[in-house]
Amino acid sequence: MRRLLVRIAVLGAVLACSTAARDPILVPEISQHEVVVRTGFTGADLLLYGAVLQPDGTRAAQGANYDIIVVLKGPSQAISLREKKRRLGMWINADNASYRSAPSFYALASSRPLDDVTDAKTRAIYELGLDWLQLSPIGSIEQSEQDHFAAGLVKKRVAGGLYRQDETGVTISQGVLYQARIPLPSNVITGRYRAETFAVRDGRVVASATSEVTVAKRGFERAIEVWSHEDALLYGIAAVLLSVGMGWVAGRLFALA
Amino acid sequence: MDVYLPIANLSVNGLVIVLLGGITGLLSGLFGVGGGFLTTPLLIFYGVPPTVAAASAASQVTGASVSGAIYQHKRNGIDFQIGTVMVVGGVIGTGIGALLFRLLTSIGQIDVAISVLYVVVLGSVGVIMAREAIPELFGGRLARLGKVPSKRRHHPLVASLPLRWRFYRSGLYISPLAPLLLGMAVGILTMLMGIGGGFLLVPAMLYVLGMSANVVVGTSLFQILFTTIATTMMHALTTNAVDIVLAGLLLFGSVSGAQIGSRFASDVRPELLRFILAMLVLLIAVRMAVGLTFRPEEIFTVVPL
Repeated sequence: MRRLLVRIAVLGAVLACSTAARDPILVPEISQHEVVVRTGFTGADLLLYGAVLQPDGTRAAQGANYDIIVVLKGPSQAISLREKKRRLGMWINADNASYRSAPSFYALASSRPLDDVTDAKTRAIYELGLDWLQLSPIGSIEQSEQDHFAAGLVKKRVAGGLYRQDETGVTISQGVLYQARIPLPSNVITGRYRAETFAVRDGRVVASATSEVTVAKRGFERAIEVWSHEDALLYGIAAVLLSVGMGWVAGRLFALA
Repeated sequence: MDVYLPIANLSVNGLVIVLLGGITGLLSGLFGVGGGFLTTPLLIFYGVPPTVAAASAASQVTGASVSGAIYQHKRNGIDFQIGTVMVVGGVIGTGIGALLFRLLTSIGQIDVAISVLYVVVLGSVGVIMAREAIPELFGGRLARLGKVPSKRRHHPLVASLPLRWRFYRSGLYISPLAPLLLGMAVGILTMLMGIGGGFLLVPAMLYVLGMSANVVVGTSLFQILFTTIATTMMHALTTNAVDIVLAGLLLFGSVSGAQIGSRFASDVRPELLRFILAMLVLLIAVRMAVGLTFRPEEIFTVVPL
């Protein structure tokens, strides 16, 4: 009973503190909540923007601005990562590591370099930055190996445009409005993407908000993908008919010409 | 012109793909080969996943061989008897190929296996073709270096196989196991490499089986046509990797290219054609070998679990 009372007291104290330093108001928005993958899809540019205000609704005083970090994360995938090594003079797949939840897409933009804005602990907690992705390895794997593979995954996906970290990507105007442009390449996977916005001051995350973006195939592209899986036989026959038909028609056309 | 490929999951420049199909079609018209050995590696270099590249290239080869097969049928250039035996072998081969595909994928070596196959198959075929084509091409000057062509009909191993059938059109009295095994080998390669195998079949039919020259091209086209159809079906059913949009773009280019190529084919000296083909085949083999032996740019590959 006494322990319970102590706990309630502690909780009350924490609540009192947090209302004293009340949270800033964060109003995030995204330029589009649905990205449609169609025939001409070459990727999309998402604009993540919004406003950040003092708890009392005024703008932050000059020199005491909030820092803003936005993160767009794609659906997690279970993946196996293989590393090529030189064996018998050839580069073949030698080692591998498996992960339960690697984000298929990760883009971070911040208003200042992350090192100036937060400390390592905060970044680990909120998964801020490519060095702090939580990949959940499957099976036991040594820390050094783990770091090696994680770095390899990040490097590969950065090169492919699927991971990015732009530490000057957020622009804040007049201490209130912020915006960040995040490009989605054409090879993103479909699914729900989470956009997280963090307001940071004195190294601490003082407010955060999340919203969603759906990336979906529609129309013809969707139909083809579903068809190839659900009626593989008919799909295969269609592909064969297409190739035989086109070959035959071309033969006829050129014979006439 | 950007086109999104729904199975490969990426967007490509449609014109580049049509042009790629056109070049391989031109080659197929010129040399009488399907051109799959060129399409698959070029698609992979372009960034298309290897499985999708091999699966979709197979249907391109189908399209490129249709009009040739019809033409050969009209001029009575197909031995349907031996062709059917080879197609049966080819279908069995695609089945074996599908199992190998699954096995290699599960141990994570499919991309390495495809590259090694390319180096070995294209390298050896290219060397053989070049050795024959170079004396032919420079025949006048290098006549003394040219070997005396052997009088042998077919390879001694073929003669030692049991159970002989008469193949009248090919002028052969050999075991059906020989064309069956040949068809099977090509079927496996078609499934794994996305090639039609024309550049393998024609010399094998001529020098290993010893078929009469006037039915070799027609019968190989017949075999390629049906084996690539079987491959497309096998990929559609097992790997789900046939991208019909990609195949359509490739086909559009290649069927037109094939027609143009066949116009030019009669104007160019055949030994020059064979020499150029040999060089192309060797070029691809060397490119693949470089990819295997030099430190690749991408050390890591990601596969979904």
